Amino acid sequence: MCTVCGCGEASVETGTNKAGHAHTHDHTHSHSHPHEHGHGHSHSHDHDHTHDHAHEHIHDHDHAHDHTHPHDYGSGPAGVHVPGLSQERIVRIERDILSKNDALAAANRVRLAELGVFALNLVSSPGSGKTSLLVRTITDLADKFPLAVIEGDQQTSNDAARIRATGVAAIQINTGKGCHLDAHMVGHALDDLPLAAGGVLFIENVGNLVCPAAFDLGEAYKVVVLSVTEGEDKPLKYPDMFAAADLMLLNKSDLLPHLEFDVAACVANALRVNPRLKILQVSARTGEGLGAFLDWIGAGVAMARATAKAAAPA
Amino acid sequence: MHEMALAESVIDLVEDAARANGVTRVKTVVVEIGTLGHVSPEALHFCFEAVSRDSVAAGARLEIVSVAGAGWCLDCGKSVALAERFGACPECGRHHVQMTAGDEMRVKEVEVG
Repeated sequence: MCTVCGCGEASVETGTNKAGHAHTHDHTHSHSHPHEHGHGHSHSHDHDHTHDHAHEHIHDHDHAHDHTHPHDYGSGPAGVHVPGLSQERIVRIERDILSKNDALAAANRVRLAELGVFALNLVSSPGSGKTSLLVRTITDLADKFPLAVIEGDQQTSNDAARIRATGVAAIQINTGKGCHLDAHMVGHALDDLPLAAGGVLFIENVGNLVCPAAFDLGEAYKVVVLSVTEGEDKPLKYPDMFAAADLMLLNKSDLLPHLEFDVAACVANALRVNPRLKILQVSARTGEGLGAFLDWIGAGVAMARATAKAAAPA
Repeated sequence: MHEMALAESVIDLVEDAARANGVTRVKTVVVEIGTLGHVSPEALHFCFEAVSRDSVAAGARLEIVSVAGAGWCLDCGKSVALAERFGACPECGRHHVQMTAGDEMRVKEVEVG
């Protein structure tokens, strides 16, 4: 299975080839050689050996750390040791559990930055209207910027088909049992997706307000979609996602007259979790508020293009 | 259930370290998990047992070191304890607190078996 997500069952489906690119071959490496040697002998000799190794590893670790660990928040309280563990038999690792995903996300981010592509990671619970909002947005943006879409769902390529119906290139990732997209899957999708320089990449994550919060894909921003048919306390119930997001779209605003949804309370809850969150009230159906969203995307595109241009060799 | 994915990542890092150090069996895996993060220790234990089975850490014990939440209160100008991610400063009651600890997810070390 994959390093972070169990996406041994994931497949990438490009629309041109229904059989897709099941890429289980990529995932076998991490578990393929755990038991190369029998270890019945190890009890009588392993003390000296592991002692040496522990020292060796400390150097090795420092080196690897610099390269693979761009998003380190620093370690917790120093000197935590579990009682009962003998120090000479300890191999220090000290790496973030998500360090591999973060390294792959950083690689995706570099790739997108070089192209000047502005990438958004759309997250929400299922049924928030994410795909409808996306279809409406790409329809409005189609003549302004080159667009591409990566669709993540556990099963079916229905969403990618909806996107392709607008004429925009879309790749479907089916995560199988996986509950979120990870940077590894997105990297593979980028291999197959024609990305024009200076365009916009929308990544529609698996409908899930919990797990996708933890997995950086290499996007510029996470956009969380919350619909007014959900509770106004959702940001408090699922704080991680709202804390991770940069923009919140409060969708289905056309339904507000029919609901007892307290917009002000919802916004206050969201800002309590994340004081820096930007919030727009929108309706994918009527188009209300979408102008501001399109402007925000336009500003992001301009910035991505300018950054790529500045970074390009003269 | 992203604990399954996290458990896979833990095993992956452990196997890397084991390979680099010529270790063939790991007895204990120590991870640090912040109390304000999104990892459920119970679920992580459950998933670890499932995914460690065919690895160098087969049968190993997962030791979860819990890291308490802390933050820097901008108004008080000092570090304070945080009971929830978006909680108020326990001293001044305001919400101008930046979390500084509590969302850790680190593989700390392994005990060689």
